[in-house]
Amino acid sequence: MDKFRMIFQFFQSNQESFMNGICGIMALASTQMYSAFDFNCPCLPHYNLVYGLGILLVPPFILFLLGFVLNNNISMLAEEWRRPQGQRGKDPAVLRYMFCSMAQRAMIAPAVWVSVTLLDGKCITCAFCTSVPVETLGNASHPRLSQGEVQRVLARIPCKEIYNGQQLIANEVAVRYLRCISQALGWCFVLLMTTLAFLVRSLRPCFSQAAFLKSRYWSHYIDIERKLFDETCAEHARSFAKVCIQQFFESMSTDLVASHCHLPRKAPADAGEAAEKLLGITDRGAMNMALKSWHRCKPPLHLHPPALPTGNGWAGEGQPPTHPSAPRRETAAYYSWV
Amino acid sequence: MDRFRMIFQYFQSNSESIMNGICGLLALASVKMYTSFDFSCPCLPQYNMAYGLGIMFIPPTILFLCGLILNRQSLVMLEEWRRPQGRRKKDLAVIRYMCSSIMQRAMVAPVVWIVVTLLDGKCLICAFSASMDPEKFVGFANVSTVQVQQLLAKVPCKDDELLRNNTSRKAVSRYLRCWSQALGWSILLILIIAAFLARWLRPCFNQATLLQARHWSNYIDIEQKIFEETCCEHSRLFAHKCILHFFESMRQEIKLHSFSLPREGEGAEGEEDLLRGITDQDQVNKLLKTWYYEKPPLDVSQATPRH
Repeated sequence: MDKFRMIFQFFQSNQESFMNGICGIMALASTQMYSAFDFNCPCLPHYNLVYGLGILLVPPFILFLLGFVLNNNISMLAEEWRRPQGQRGKDPAVLRYMFCSMAQRAMIAPAVWVSVTLLDGKCITCAFCTSVPVETLGNASHPRLSQGEVQRVLARIPCKEIYNGQQLIANEVAVRYLRCISQALGWCFVLLMTTLAFLVRSLRPCFSQAAFLKSRYWSHYIDIERKLFDETCAEHARSFAKVCIQQFFESMSTDLVASHCHLPRKAPADAGEAAEKLLGITDRGAMNMALKSWHRCKPPLHLHPPALPTGNGWAGEGQPPTHPSAPRRETAAYYSWV
Repeated sequence: MDRFRMIFQYFQSNSESIMNGICGLLALASVKMYTSFDFSCPCLPQYNMAYGLGIMFIPPTILFLCGLILNRQSLVMLEEWRRPQGRRKKDLAVIRYMCSSIMQRAMVAPVVWIVVTLLDGKCLICAFSASMDPEKFVGFANVSTVQVQQLLAKVPCKDDELLRNNTSRKAVSRYLRCWSQALGWSILLILIIAAFLARWLRPCFNQATLLQARHWSNYIDIEQKIFEETCCEHSRLFAHKCILHFFESMRQEIKLHSFSLPREGEGAEGEEDLLRGITDQDQVNKLLKTWYYEKPPLDVSQATPRH
């Protein structure tokens, strides 16, 4: 169980690992969906092409969009793109990096679906059975049929139980031919995808590696900052609720104090601790203002040193001369991205 | 067991995770329900359409209502909507946000049922086989009108002796199934595009209002939970004190009739503070009534109790 917990924690550790996990699950889900789906070729001349190509292309598109929808980073990307500049500059390289990494992960499940479909062969057989070269593959002695009739007969190739064109072209021959082409396409597709992935990974360090490192760092930072903000807001809401309810109970008891001559003595200690966590925000208007400013005007990426007392407060001690220099050193270390 | 406890704790960590978990469970339950349901088309002219469309639409309605019932937030939202204003203003944006998030989660399981039904095809074959145009299919073209209706209605039943190995039956079945699957994939595509656009475009409109609405809806949920916990704690102490008083009064009666017993009342003093001066039934009733009719304002800046 320790191993499982470790794996679970590893995937939770940051959004990228979590997305890798989701990506893998979606790829497995796409193979499962394909095997569970009951492929049902209509075996009618014009419907075959539409159905076959539809099954080949529509589910991958759905899986691609699903990959984006399930990724929490998409709203983060849109937010970062649309927010007002405020005190913090915007870096288009970070946005591009986030979009590329999301798109790469979202492409995996569709690629798996397309490969599995092509390697299985049913879709291509259904879609292109009317284009089989009858002259080369068909039986030499077949009765002369009109074009429409030939199309109707060929359209029934995928449906073995209603196929009635053995004199025209043997069912086995046509199916084998189409399947062979489909599998060749499938393997070529897999080879192409793998080559692309290899090239992208191996050539990346050759181009602007420093900029890439920077973009990756700041995109992780934005993700972590948003998570921490949400957690802090939740913590704040909890403390706010505790203090609010305590004060409610106190106000009720003061209403009844006349009849009982009894004031709570334990409450203030609790209230003090919870009130500290409120970080100075103690009413609805202030909280709304805080949330609005978080969106409109994000703080600069520049950590302030702790505030120094002025010279008056240190009259009795010899410390003041050395203190002012220390924060300046701190400032230099936190070089701003703005 | 450890694994389940960890997964359970992860989902318990906040109520949104719980709701997502319930939503996922309902979706899985709907798939399981569909696969274990024994679909049996009546194969009679008027009954087919009613049965087919009924199976396609009634279980999703049931699942939608289940999704609303199992979601704790729907009660919280209703309460927030109907409470008297009191000293705390009502924010319609928060109520709208809660309503839309509840609806979205409740819609997942019904949509899963409908899509699985369409991709499987049995419902649509059953419902619309009698409405097919017999001219399109060779085996039904030269049959009288009344009989053709009967035959078409029997298409979904594979084992019927009239149509057992009829190629036209298979052709009708395939045709309807193809349409059913196309409809299913199209619905799925439209929904995914809608979800994608909603996620992508949401931050472009009123992001600040959204942050505020989300924060306050979370707050209302937490406040309700903490209030219930505080009341539970209060009632426990109340009961404890009540019983101690009872035993005390019994003991005093006994003292009158027999020799004195050792006193041991000091431990109870500390708990009186936690009762916060609310020590009888009428006071508790008044407190609960005031909590509903006059929620306190969202302003904790003053540390001292006020009237």
